[in-house]
Amino acid sequence: MSRIDINKTYKLFIGGAFPRSESGRVYEVKGSNKKFLANPALASRKDLRDAVVAAKSSQAGWAGATAFNRGQILYRIAEIMQGRSEQFTEEISALEGVTSKAAKLQVEEAIDTWVWYSGWCDKLSSVAGSQNQVSGPFYNFTTPESLGVVAIFAESKPSLLGAVRTLAPVLAGGNSAVLIASEAYPLPAITLGEVLATSDLPAGVVNILTGKTSELYPWVGSHMEIDGVDVAGLSKKQEEELKLVGADNLKRIARFSTINHPERILSFMEQKTIWHPIGI
Amino acid sequence: MSEFDYASAPESKAIANIASNYGLFIGGKFVEPKQGKSFNTFNPATEELLSKIGYADKTDIDAAVKSARLAYTRVWSKMPAKERGKYLYRIARIMQERAREFAVVETLDNGKPIRESRDTDIPLAAAHFFYHAGWADKLEYAGFGTKPKPLGVVGQIIPWNFPLLMLAWKIAPALAAGNTVVLKPAETTPLTALLFAQVCQQAGVPEGVVNIVTGDGVTGAALVNHPDVNKIAFTGSTDVGKAIARSISATKKTATLELGGKAANLVFEDAAIDEAVEGIVNGIFFNQGHVCCAGSRLIVQENVADEILEKLKKRMSLIRVGDPMDKNTDLGAINSKEQLNKIHEISNSGDAEGANRWSPEVKLPTKGYWYPPTIFTGVSQSHRIAREEIFGPVLSVLTFRTPSEAIEKANNSMYGLSAGIWSDKGSKILWAARQLKAGVIWSNTFNKFDPASPFGGYKESGWGREGGRHGLAGYLTSEAKVSK
Repeated sequence: MSRIDINKTYKLFIGGAFPRSESGRVYEVKGSNKKFLANPALASRKDLRDAVVAAKSSQAGWAGATAFNRGQILYRIAEIMQGRSEQFTEEISALEGVTSKAAKLQVEEAIDTWVWYSGWCDKLSSVAGSQNQVSGPFYNFTTPESLGVVAIFAESKPSLLGAVRTLAPVLAGGNSAVLIASEAYPLPAITLGEVLATSDLPAGVVNILTGKTSELYPWVGSHMEIDGVDVAGLSKKQEEELKLVGADNLKRIARFSTINHPERILSFMEQKTIWHPIGI
Repeated sequence: MSEFDYASAPESKAIANIASNYGLFIGGKFVEPKQGKSFNTFNPATEELLSKIGYADKTDIDAAVKSARLAYTRVWSKMPAKERGKYLYRIARIMQERAREFAVVETLDNGKPIRESRDTDIPLAAAHFFYHAGWADKLEYAGFGTKPKPLGVVGQIIPWNFPLLMLAWKIAPALAAGNTVVLKPAETTPLTALLFAQVCQQAGVPEGVVNIVTGDGVTGAALVNHPDVNKIAFTGSTDVGKAIARSISATKKTATLELGGKAANLVFEDAAIDEAVEGIVNGIFFNQGHVCCAGSRLIVQENVADEILEKLKKRMSLIRVGDPMDKNTDLGAINSKEQLNKIHEISNSGDAEGANRWSPEVKLPTKGYWYPPTIFTGVSQSHRIAREEIFGPVLSVLTFRTPSEAIEKANNSMYGLSAGIWSDKGSKILWAARQLKAGVIWSNTFNKFDPASPFGGYKESGWGREGGRHGLAGYLTSEAKVSK
């Protein structure tokens, strides 16, 4: 008799730990072949709130780390992903129903995306900041700073790349994140959590929820400690509704094309201008 | 004291030449509002009627947006950038030529001291056009991609505290980036915007590139909700800013919002005390405290608090309150009765909640709207006067013991527009500047503005920046973002 595989229990990733949903709920995810794959957690509003607490409390430390250090940690994520690329490839292939080759390409692109954003960390203020020539004896400069806690609705497909290309720029800018995985294709995002947990990324900087997008987005919109939202995985209608309630604390809400671009980082950053007199 | 009193040095009104009534500026011409309605604008220092102003309703807004769209597609977007820039240079030069007239009209309509309109508002407004004129043909080097594109027609709504300066902050970058505009000045201060319309005529700005529509909040809402407006730029209260964000939530429109503030002005024990006192006075009493970035929360280290307060009170006793047209005046009139009532209402809550009020003895004029320079001590963080924007000459004083306590108190606000730091130690200033959640940090200075310096807030103080290279972003299309 052949050996019975040990299947993984897919759980949430909050504050560096892998808890089940406090609600005790799960939902069934099937592969492209309609066969059962996993019962990931169906996150509740309370799970979201816990994730935001973890994100909020870790954010200052992450933003306060040197940009070089943050860059190294993003690079480290790429290193660890490289070692797990076969696992990701199999997972994507089973879930999305794409060929192994296509799945492998997606994994490679996701890894390279981490490397690309890693390199941005310590170049942002040179490229996006300025020393301003004001009319008077003042030293005046502008530098980008982290926004705070950013919620991300990851795209459905490509499941892994969609999560990475939204998450990496948010981290590069010194923010902490609550990533809400694609409802239909959530498994690679959870495995990504296992990578993040072993990449020297401080606990709580990234939190990953799985569940129903339609259940979670209104709570994301109204949560006053969430400062920005990438709505990649929301429908237009959901985006509109999120913007309507998000106005209560003037959330920075954005949707991007699929390209990697520094604007993806800067859209979730603030620009701070500092004046000081010059004189003796 | 009286033997050393200043003799009055009034500026003449003669140069102002205010018409008895004004129409709307649409398509390069002054036109009557379609419904023929109008409203009055008054001098808040005397309550005298200055002029009757055309009231724009939905149909007028539609006409203005159509004129802006036509000018955008037919003229402005096709014009070589170099030529576009020249119009901005012309505007800047004419504003400089007519600076005295602008200053007088601004002071009459707004109530701010002539010294401030003359030395700050008008020169800065002209500088804003001169600065942005130079950007018009250099946008591809500004860091927003090699082919930056304008957005189209921009709707702009500005407040009454710096009427012409806010107009310049809005119109100069919008035109430089290649957009056309429909601008609504504040209901109580429309005159310098209408004077600016005449400047556009003198400069030969193509018809419809700049449209000025006067009215109230209903007029502004019609502009925000007009389907052919691509972007809204707003400066004003956080409540209205949020309402605008909601209004455009289901549209493709983008927005920049410059909203309220409750700036912390931190004074550390090692500050140069006399300079800090001057900075505190400038921070809160400049422009009657009608400043979104006013240093309205003084957060002072406990061991120097008594000394600072004593010197501050002495200095406040020297503030000259009264006729804004007098060149000696430091503190002018409150802009409107409505605003005066608001200042009374929030300040009175300070008394009711147990803070201690102090004002120097000042004789306020009998006519017009006035409020004496006021400080509250014994303020706790939960008091309304420590949390809400008063937008008047009222300072709340809090104290701290350790630097981290100072930062915590400073950041304990839904706002994040500006902050001040007073210390003689460079490393401490940079440490504090990094911790403070605010878009503009003035260290050992306060309330400094410049066209080259980006301005705008964190948190609920708004979206985006105005001024500098960063301010251009709000008027150009994005390479990576998708607007619905």
